[in-house]
Amino acid sequence: MTPVIKTENLRKEFGKYAAVKGLTLQVEQGEVFGFLGPNGAGKTTSIKMLLGLVAPTSGTGSLLGAPLGDRTALARIGFLPEHFRFQEWLTAYEFLQLHGELLGMDSRNLNLRRNELLEQVGLSDFRHKQLRTFSKGMLQRVGLAQALMNRPALVFLDEPTSGLDPVGRRLVRDIIHELRVQGTSVFLNSHLLSEIEVTCNRVAFIRQGEVIRVMEMSALDQNLSMVTIRAEGLTPEVVTGLEQWGNDIRVDSEQLTMTIHNEIDLPEITRYLVERNVSVYALTPNRISLEEIFIETLGKDSGL
Amino acid sequence: MKKIWIIARMTFRENVRKRIVLTGLVLGLIFLTAFTIGFHMVYINAFNEVGSPNEMLTSMMMTEATNILLLAGLYAVTFLSAAMGALLGADTLSGEINSGTIQTIVTKPVRRSEIVIGKWLGFLILLGLYSLLMSGGTVLSIWTQSGYLPPNVLKGLSLIYLESVLIMTLSLFCSSFMSGLATGGVVFGLYGLAFIGGWVEQIGVAIQNQTVVQVGIITSLIIPSESLWRRASFEMQSPISAALGFSPFSSTSVPSPLMVGYAVIYLVIVLISAISTFQHRDL
Repeated sequence: MTPVIKTENLRKEFGKYAAVKGLTLQVEQGEVFGFLGPNGAGKTTSIKMLLGLVAPTSGTGSLLGAPLGDRTALARIGFLPEHFRFQEWLTAYEFLQLHGELLGMDSRNLNLRRNELLEQVGLSDFRHKQLRTFSKGMLQRVGLAQALMNRPALVFLDEPTSGLDPVGRRLVRDIIHELRVQGTSVFLNSHLLSEIEVTCNRVAFIRQGEVIRVMEMSALDQNLSMVTIRAEGLTPEVVTGLEQWGNDIRVDSEQLTMTIHNEIDLPEITRYLVERNVSVYALTPNRISLEEIFIETLGKDSGL
Repeated sequence: MKKIWIIARMTFRENVRKRIVLTGLVLGLIFLTAFTIGFHMVYINAFNEVGSPNEMLTSMMMTEATNILLLAGLYAVTFLSAAMGALLGADTLSGEINSGTIQTIVTKPVRRSEIVIGKWLGFLILLGLYSLLMSGGTVLSIWTQSGYLPPNVLKGLSLIYLESVLIMTLSLFCSSFMSGLATGGVVFGLYGLAFIGGWVEQIGVAIQNQTVVQVGIITSLIIPSESLWRRASFEMQSPISAALGFSPFSSTSVPSPLMVGYAVIYLVIVLISAISTFQHRDL
């Protein structure tokens, strides 16, 4: 299968300053791909190059199999730009009409899709209100509807939740989830790691427009984990016996923490403890969070 | 072609909703009302005072006065239409680039050239309606009161329209690489230059100084807006003014039809430049 996005050494210079030094990445069909990096890492410029808004200084790339800048690919793409600034003198209805027409949709299909999406993003009651009267959350919703009008094969979301309340964030998460189920590819640019964590299949960490690391999110689950065990009756022999599943064991009265090799061993550990008459009150795996990986990969001083 | 039309419709609607057109309309109607009342008073007064010792002469003088008043009115209309053209074009591309509203448009399967041409077409229609109201209203106001129609009225009004389109196109071009404010400054500056240049040329002819005339002509080549008005007023001036060769609103030095052709080519080149600049711009 052809990748939906493929770039090779994409570079963008503004004067002498290289905003993107050399972006090489590949996004497969059906993937929800997270694009992570500190402020000023060149994330938005990268998206703009992919969408033909900004011409790369050098490098090559393709979008849905077509070379970058090819307009035919744009008919199968959805895009929600950051800040959600739209034609505020249009009503929600007219706004979706305009974008549907620009996508070349026929009027019947356009009407159906428009109503369906307004319903989905909860704006049906506001369809005849001008966008100038909309709150930021409402603009985000109508912007999302705009990005999905053509049932795109690939959706770009640039900071879709920045500055939004939890309801708005939840909506984005639900929509991404639905797209994922439908097999639509999503390219998500966000700082909100918790969001990336629950929605993405794969993430790329970028700094100064270079991919530093690409990681499968499933790897996060299998990663080395810390386990905290709260229990009564932890004899020294029992503690020593735990070493077969991990190391770095620390005991503090009724609380024990250790690093285990694999989460799969957790039931085994529980059984082991119970069999030795230990009263287990809690056994909590603490996964290494994406945030920790972010800091570890990109450094604490990134984004300054 | 279909996409151009979509953008044109959007542009039309945008400007109607953004009240710029409403403002122009209100100012225009105030102008037309004032003009109508003013002309009415002058006309009635003149008619009563002159009496009729010599019917023939009176009628000729009346026609002459009416023609001058009409051209004065159209001169003001020309300025208003040019200002409207400048305002419409000034913030359109730069404004959308700055605010970011252009991003969802450009990332649709639309050519950038279609966006520029669509906007231009939308303005063309708006200016056409505005011109029709203002120029047409002025001519109509005089015609209904006195039954006077200037010669070559369609040609004259078309040239006034062409001038506003030229200014709008220039404004659109500037806004493809400058801020709205800078565009306004540059376009009004050029318009002023053309205005001065037009007078310099006429004075040059009057004092028979070829160098001064050439300075005027060069200004007209830099921006041919004023020469369009001068051609329009020449077309519509009364036969007596034409014979005398001088009146406040017509020219001693008349731009040739060649100058009109030059203005059209100028306009096309400016439009193509606007497209090209916008096509190569990072958004």
